[in-house]
Parts: sequence; structure tokens; C-alpha cells
Amino acid sequence: MRLFKESEVMDLILTPEEEKFRDDVRAFVAENITEDIRKKTMTGFRLDKEDHESWQKKLYEKGWMAPGWPVEYGGTGWSPMQKHIFEEECAAGGAPPVIAFGVTMVAPVIMAFGSDKQKEYYLPRILKSEDWWCQGYSEPGSGSDLASLRTKAVLNGDHYIVNGQKTWTSLAQHANLMFCLVRTSDEGKRQEGISFLLVDMNQPGVTVQPIKTIDGSTEVNNVFLEDVKVPVENRVGEENKGWTYAKYLLGHERTSIAAVGRSKAQIKRLKTIASAEEHNGTALIHDQAFREKIADIEIDLLALESLVLRVLSDESAGKGPGAEASFLKIKGTEVQQGITELLIEAIGNYAHPFIPESMDKGWNEEPIGPEYASSIAPHYFNWRKASIYGGSNEIQKNIIAKAVLGF
Amino acid sequence: MSFTFTEDQKLLSESADRFVLDDYNFETRRKIIGQDGGFDRDNWKKFAELGWLALPIAEEYGGLGGSTVDTAVLLESFGRGLVVEPYQSCIVLGAELLQFAGNVEQKSQYLPSIAEGKTLLSFAHIEPTSRFNLCHIRTRAIKQGDCFIIDGEKAIVHNAETADYFILSARTEGDTNDEEGITLFLVPSSSSGIEMRSYPTIDGLRASEICFNSVKIDQQHVLGELNQAAEYIQKVVDRACVLLCAEAAGAMDTAVKLTVDYIKNREQFGQAIGSFQVLQHRAVEMLGAKDFSRALTYRAAGAIDQSNASERTRAVSAAKVEMGRSGKLIGQEGIQLHGGMGMTDDMPIGHFFKRLTMIDAIFGNVDFHRKRFAQII
Repeated sequence: MRLFKESEVMDLILTPEEEKFRDDVRAFVAENITEDIRKKTMTGFRLDKEDHESWQKKLYEKGWMAPGWPVEYGGTGWSPMQKHIFEEECAAGGAPPVIAFGVTMVAPVIMAFGSDKQKEYYLPRILKSEDWWCQGYSEPGSGSDLASLRTKAVLNGDHYIVNGQKTWTSLAQHANLMFCLVRTSDEGKRQEGISFLLVDMNQPGVTVQPIKTIDGSTEVNNVFLEDVKVPVENRVGEENKGWTYAKYLLGHERTSIAAVGRSKAQIKRLKTIASAEEHNGTALIHDQAFREKIADIEIDLLALESLVLRVLSDESAGKGPGAEASFLKIKGTEVQQGITELLIEAIGNYAHPFIPESMDKGWNEEPIGPEYASSIAPHYFNWRKASIYGGSNEIQKNIIAKAVLGF
Repeated sequence: MSFTFTEDQKLLSESADRFVLDDYNFETRRKIIGQDGGFDRDNWKKFAELGWLALPIAEEYGGLGGSTVDTAVLLESFGRGLVVEPYQSCIVLGAELLQFAGNVEQKSQYLPSIAEGKTLLSFAHIEPTSRFNLCHIRTRAIKQGDCFIIDGEKAIVHNAETADYFILSARTEGDTNDEEGITLFLVPSSSSGIEMRSYPTIDGLRASEICFNSVKIDQQHVLGELNQAAEYIQKVVDRACVLLCAEAAGAMDTAVKLTVDYIKNREQFGQAIGSFQVLQHRAVEMLGAKDFSRALTYRAAGAIDQSNASERTRAVSAAKVEMGRSGKLIGQEGIQLHGGMGMTDDMPIGHFFKRLTMIDAIFGNVDFHRKRFAQII
């Protein structure tokens, strides 16, 4: 048994043009990602705000910040395969993931339903990473049942007064803007009383409180809104139509949540670690049982990649992502979690030590055990969130059952 | 083989459950973890008074001469509350090794004081590159007159910083992976030449990486036969595996209960999410996983004191495999059914998940024990 070099295994057959494109992206990533950032991205160490912003600004300068956008707004006009190659090369080269809240989440909603003024103001700022967005969806009593949300917005002249609490708000500590679902009516169906507001986080009444998770990190937050003023012009679309926009957004989230490129990069890392870990003088990568487990995940990932490419093609042919896109979220997160399971198995005893500070910037003590080991157990525990967020995998199955199978 | 608890075992189980219920709630445990050394010495004193530390120690050395099943009963209760006091390190590994390998004089000197809670042991055995191979020992002990000079590194030594003595494995002959040539030493933790780097583990315990730099140990601190320690170690680690499974059985029990309670109370779509069949079935799978693992664990605990080597291996490895699988299912599903709340450090479920995951990752994970079992089919 041997470990093949990447160049020896070709899963995607590319045209000469696509190969050229891949080489261009690869070179761009190599030139613009520092070793420090590459290492942090690959090992799951914490990336800070500047790490994300500096990369995103380089993408903007190159014109590559928003491959998914229509060309008139600053998109690239790439083919589905090009978009896919781009994702894969960014992940392989250790580029930080582009923060989705602006460019892939709120932007499509603004494009489809926002006013001209909103488009003119927000979209260029998103391209330039001048704002950091966060997502005000979930509430303590409204998780899977999002439509039960209770944060209230009352119209008062030319602005709304918003009161309530949002939770699980990722990276709200960095955000200056939040797109937020609020209740503007208690009449009729619950879904018909929700509006979609763009909220300035830097104002009195907005309090961000970190939530510590089981891996010791604090990337999610509670956001308390107390008599927060939001101008009416910051409402997207019509009042009480926010649910439609919110669903539109979640549909868009699912191709990026599949994270095929990132999973490929993590499988590569897994193989490197399994080559370094030895038992009785034999590398773990040569252990048949372990190898077969890697094979299982790679096969799942190939199937996922194939479905992602199909959905991307449909999108570029003008068909919006159907409910089947939910499969991308389910399988994508299962693959990601499966990889974290094999990583924690691979490091054996060194899953135990836990030095949260070692994942922060500026920690320069000797690692405990091999350097690659320290972030693996926290990452394993942290990544259990993936089958919960963005509509839990159970909710995704409900969506498919209802919308595709007609139950 | 008996599948029911004796009267004594029932009493033990009740009193240990009572301790966890009264004195070891989630908040108390959190405070204990934050203390110096990572456990509560008053609790340790209490364990001594209740006879729990004496449980597996032979009667002639101040113990109660309990069976492995007896200790399993205690550890199952500990598992229900994720008790962090160093019972595994000091009693299950330390005292048992001493009991098994030590001579009469050594046993008389240390075991009574261990049973009284006055002496703490820690097993310094695993090395940075040993993975799950118990015979992978690079640490060397070289004879010099009446002494041995010890050099080497030990990894993930649980409760090292609070130990009075280490039971240290070192190579006195042979090559790194040889079964022959390993010897055990009782090393005072205050010996000069010991460098320790201590840290928390992800499941709330404490461990250390230890460097032994020319540590000088009198030859009377050798435990058992020279070069023959592999057998002692294997036997004691096998028992420790079963007792870890017993602890896991308790942890799984609580994890399942917490999850079932949560889904019965959490309302979405105008009803408790536990009213959805899809979630009920998943809770049932969790319960079944716990029941199977626990049953197999007690069977192994009953078999281990009386079986031959291959029966013992099958029993232990089967229990450890089943525990690893069940613990993973229960931990992962426990989080999933709690939803976002399960991800928070403030909810107990994540702490059970972490302990269950780490029990799998010590002394051989599912793959390791599956292979070990496969050699004897």
C-alpha cells in the first residue's frame, strides 16, 4: 500500500483552459497567503478579524471577492467548474474562508429584494469588506422553529424600535451590521408577521455577550437589543415579507456550507498526520482498517462534489437551488464531522491535552506532543455544531420530505 | 457468573450515587476542576473514610479485598457525576500495580497509607510515541551499583502533579517495542532530575509530560521481577480498561437521561420536540447503546479475575470496543438532540461527551481493541 501524490490521482477531468485557470488561482493564493495564516487555517487555530479582512481585500483587488454574484454587481462571470476550482484552490492553499454573512448571505437578499439605495450603498461595501455582517436569526426559544421568533420591531415615525434577544450569533463581536429577523405583526400566520431589517450594531441598546462552547471557544454570542432604533429605509423589501427573504437566503447558504474544497484539504491533512503517527513502527496510513475509513469518507466526498457541481450548473442555467440543496448541507456536514473523527483517532493519546490559549494569536510555547495535535480534539467537539447550525440536519430532512417528496 | 448485584454491591452503589447526587453537582464539579491540582482533597478523605479507596486492596494491607465487579459498581456511580478525583490513577492503576508486582515489604509500607488516603500514586507509563502499545518503552533505567539511573520521557501522566510517588515503567533490557526487558520502579515525585509540565485535559482532568533526567533510584524501589513488568502492566491495564468502561456506563446513563429530559421539555413548533417519533427513536438508540455497553462491561468485570489470558483479552477488548462505539453515539446524539444548547459549556451534556470521547482514547481505542479481539477469534 502506498500513499499517492496528489498529481497521480486525478478525480476531476479539466479542460486545458480550466487547468490554466486552476494554475492562476493556485499562484494567486500562494502569493497572497502568509505562512502564518495558512497554518492557522489548516490547523483550525483562531483566525482574527484582520486575517480575514486582509485576505478578502486582496480578493477584492483581484476582482474575485464575489464569484457567485451577477457580473453587473461585481461578480466574475465564471462557469460552475471555475467557481468550484476557485473554492478548492483557496482551501488547498490555506486561505481563510471568506466570511459568508455579507457576500453569500445578505447580499443575494439585497440584490433580489432590496431598494436601489440599499444596493448602491451596501453591495460595494461588502465587496470591499468595509462592513462585518452578522446574522440575527435564532433566538433562545426559536431554533429549528425559526418562525416562532419574538424580537419585536414597532414602527415609530420613520424608524422601528427593536426589542429582543438573538442567540448563536457567530462572530458578532466583530460585526458592525446585523441582518435581523424581527416580528412586526402578531396577526395571521406566524410566518407572515416577520420583517428583515439591517441593524447598525454600533449604537446604544445593542449588547454582545459571548457564549463559551464545549471546545473552550467564544465564537458565538447572545445579542441583546434594547430600544434599538432602525430607520425604516433599513428594512429590506416589504414589511411582514421577511420570511420569504430569509428562506431565500438559507437556500443560498447551502452550496457554500457543503465546503467541498475545505474537506479535501482536511483529508490531505489527515493523510499527512496518519503518515506521521506510528504504531509498532508502522505508519497509521498503512493500517488497512484506518485506510478503509479514509476511503469511506473520500467516496462520500466525491459524491458530494458531484452533486455540488450539478447544483452549481443548475444555478448558472438560471434555476435557483431547489430543496435538494439541503442534501448538500446534510452530506457536507457529515463529511466534515467524519474527518474530524478520524483526525482525533489519528492522534491517539494526544487528544487529551487541552491548552485553549495555544490556539490564540501570540502563543509561542512548545506544543504538548506533536504540533499538529493540539487543535484536533477542540475542533472535533466544536464541529458538532455543523449538523445543528444553518437549519439542523433534521430540519433539512423535513424540507426535503415536504418540498421534494410531497409529504 | 452473576448478573445481579449482591447486597453489598447494592449498598455501595446507593451510597456512591448518593454522594454524586448530594456533593457532586455540575457547579461543584466545575469549582473542583478549578482548584489547585484539579481535585478536592476533602473528597479524597471522604472516600477513604467510606472505605472506597480500600475497596480493591487486599485485607492484609488494610483493604477490603473487593472484586473487580465491586470497583466497577463504585466507578459506575462516579461516572454518573464525572467525578474527577484521581481514583483511576491512584487506586485502579497505582495501588493495583503495587499490589500485583510489589513485595510484602513494599505492600506493607504503602498500601495501608494509600487506603487511608494519605499517599497518592500516579502511573508514569505512556510515552510520546507509544500510541496504544503498552510495551513501547524508550525510557531507560541503567544499573549503577545499588541504584538505577533513569532517563526518558513520559506522556499524558494523569494526576502526576499531585502524586507522592510515580509507578514508572522503564527499559532495563531490550529494544523499544520488546515485551521482555521492562521493569517497574516506585519513584518519589520529589526525586531530583524530574521535570514536569502539567496541563488540563479536555475532559476536565489534569495530566503532565514528564522528563526524567538521570533520576537516581535505589534498587529496593524496583517493583516485581526485573524485566518482567509487561505482564503486570497488561493485567492491570486490562482491569483499568474494564473499570473505565464502568465509569463510562455511568456517564452514558446520565447523558441519556439529560437528553431525554431535554427533549421532553424543549418546545418548538408548539410541542415538546420529544413528541416527534424521529427523535424518540434516536433517544431509544442511545438508551440501547448504554444498556449493551453496560451489560458487556459487567460481564468483563466478572470474568477478568478468573479467566486465562485469551479469555481475558476477549472480554476486555469486547467491552472497550462496545464502550467506544456506544460512547460516541451517545455523546454525538446527546449534543445533536440538545441542538445549539448542547454546544455550550454551561450545559452538562458536552462534558459527558468529552469524557466519553477521552475514555475511548486511552489504553486503546475502538480500532485497537477490535484488532486485538480479532486475533482471538
